[in-house]
Amino acid sequence: MNIITIEHIAKIYQVGSEQVFALRDVSLTIDKNEYVAIMGPSGSGKSTLMNMLGCLDTPTSGLYKFKDQNVGLMDDNDLAAIRNREIGFVFQTFNLLPRSDALHNVELPLIYAGVSSKERKERAASALDSVGLADRMHHKPNELSGGQRQRVAIARALVTNPSIILADEPTGNLDSKTGEDIMSLFNQIHEHGNTIILVTHEEYIAEHAARIIRLKDGLIEKDEFVENRYIPNNKSVIQ
Amino acid sequence: MRHFLFELKEGLMISLRAIRANKIRSVLTTLGIIIGVASVVLMSTAIKGINQAFQSGVSSLGSDNLYIDKWSWFNNDTPWWELRNRENITIEHYAKFKELAQLPLAVAPSIFTNQSIKQGDKTVQFILVVGTNQDYIKTTNLTFASGRFFSELENNSSRNVIVLGSEIAKQLFPTGGGLNETIKIKGIKFKVVGILEEQGSWVMGNFNPDNQAFIPIDNIFKYFMSEAWGSVTINVRAPNSLMVNEVKEEAEGIMRRIRSLKFDEKNDFSINQQEGLLNEINKTIGVIQMAGLVITGLALFVGAIGIMNIMFVSVKERTKEIGIRKAIGARNRTILGQFISESAIICLIGGAIGLGLAIVGSMIIAQFDFPTTISADAVVLAIVISLLTGIFSGFAPAYTASKMDPVDSLRYE
Ligand SMILES: Nc1ncnc2c1ncn2[C@@H]1O[C@H](COP(=O)(O)OP(=O)(O)OP(=O)(O)O)[C@@H](O)[C@H]1O
Ligand SMILES: [Mg+2]
Repeated sequence: MNIITIEHIAKIYQVGSEQVFALRDVSLTIDKNEYVAIMGPSGSGKSTLMNMLGCLDTPTSGLYKFKDQNVGLMDDNDLAAIRNREIGFVFQTFNLLPRSDALHNVELPLIYAGVSSKERKERAASALDSVGLADRMHHKPNELSGGQRQRVAIARALVTNPSIILADEPTGNLDSKTGEDIMSLFNQIHEHGNTIILVTHEEYIAEHAARIIRLKDGLIEKDEFVENRYIPNNKSVIQ
Repeated sequence: MRHFLFELKEGLMISLRAIRANKIRSVLTTLGIIIGVASVVLMSTAIKGINQAFQSGVSSLGSDNLYIDKWSWFNNDTPWWELRNRENITIEHYAKFKELAQLPLAVAPSIFTNQSIKQGDKTVQFILVVGTNQDYIKTTNLTFASGRFFSELENNSSRNVIVLGSEIAKQLFPTGGGLNETIKIKGIKFKVVGILEEQGSWVMGNFNPDNQAFIPIDNIFKYFMSEAWGSVTINVRAPNSLMVNEVKEEAEGIMRRIRSLKFDEKNDFSINQQEGLLNEINKTIGVIQMAGLVITGLALFVGAIGIMNIMFVSVKERTKEIGIRKAIGARNRTILGQFISESAIICLIGGAIGLGLAIVGSMIIAQFDFPTTISADAVVLAIVISLLTGIFSGFAPAYTASKMDPVDSLRYE
């Protein structure tokens, strides 16, 4: 089943009198339980595309259908609801609320989903547990390592059981060992049936995915399945 | 409805978290509103106190009373020199008036002089010594702590007897008693035949019966002033307040006859009345109220601007937080509510502190015999005002926050 269908998407920024074509003409479909990496040089439009797919941003032109709903017709509230229920974001810079502990950070999407306090706490705790942070629930972000922060962010992305996880350079701020841990976590999430799209600069990170889309100057240069997909054997983290 | 309550509760929780996370800024923010609310509450309480004091003071005069006088209490249209040039009202005028007047319940003359009263080594200064006769008591509602008013006999034979107001008695006889004691005015001995209960209110100053003493009227002329100097006031009490106007009309006619005024001549006397005094006081209080409103309104406005300013800074500083919240599903309205309730809570806390300060302040002021008690409506006023200020000053910043573009705000550093 197609989760995402985009057809001839363009995103044009007006900077002064100049037009910047972040995306020129992009079409693609993404199925349930796919694991896609988006690659490309800096400025090629990867983040722009991710924001579009994540309903944070709207295209200048083109069609975007998320689970057969036309996103172009939605208002701010509908978009917020889709982001809340269907999409889990993981960012390069983690983007946790600095003054709240891990548990509250993970709870937050559930608050906006209208889940009662008790159920929220349980679900947030079990999400933190599943990323191996059961003993760090009441730590603030600045009391956690980079890898642990990213795990909190992943727990926050997972806690609403979204249809799709979007990760924009999730290992960009981590050393390669910690990055590898995060990637095996993504692998397990994928094996649990989740759909994942991640942006990366690193070829070896991209090879964890089953499909790589290469962007250049706002266009898809290449869209292919990975033949020798790298599957981490470390299964210690997710149960 | 359930959903609304859920959102409200969660919004409040989020706001409380944010306030706790930014303690110092929140405290600074509240300062403006603390001062604003404290001044509003104190001001409204003070005005109420003043008002009550005046009302009760004035009504102690009695609403059924008329005072026929050379002078007008309110000099509205008659020029001052015209009043001064009026012929004095004399004790003979009074006697004739009393003879002719049919309607009044009681009529009594009065004239006063400022004196010091001595008893042993104690002196009370600037006392209004009122010269009158035995009928004076019937024109008032005075009540006695001990003794009585002087009698017709004592009056007619100009005995040296005196009735003391409660405050004077308290000062001359701090340990109580005083009845049948002798006091001195200008070296002349008077026997105390009565002491009044506490009557009036501090706003009346010397006109408060508590600070007055009463002696037979002839003694005033005998000891303290020449009859030619003073003008007597004729105190007239109507049988009830419905008859005040009739009594007044009759009094005017009689006075014109006594003064032999022709039909086209103006009155050369004034008939004063508590009602006029009340109107005047209400006017004054209205002015005080307006001034108070403007001043405290300004204080609140400055406070509100301060809060708005800090909320704008706060929104700007937390742009990234807003981006994060939106990315994980906060709606514009939720963000709007979050910041408005943050500002409202800050203001409510500030309002509560301001109210506390006002209560302490009014307790301090009450030490100086100024009647202030913070009433329930002042509390409600404080709460409503701080809530409204919070919502008012939080709205623009909150609206800005709610309209922020999620992508832009996530990229904000
Ligand atoms: N808000 C904006 N206003 C103007 N131009 C923008 C804006 N956002 C992005 N762009 C431009 O769009 C193009 C694509 O940007 P985008 O952030 O998608 O690149 P990217 O592929 O994610 O790059 P990187 O690998 O460096 O993160 C760039 O040329 C960028 O300058
Ligand atoms: Mg990027």
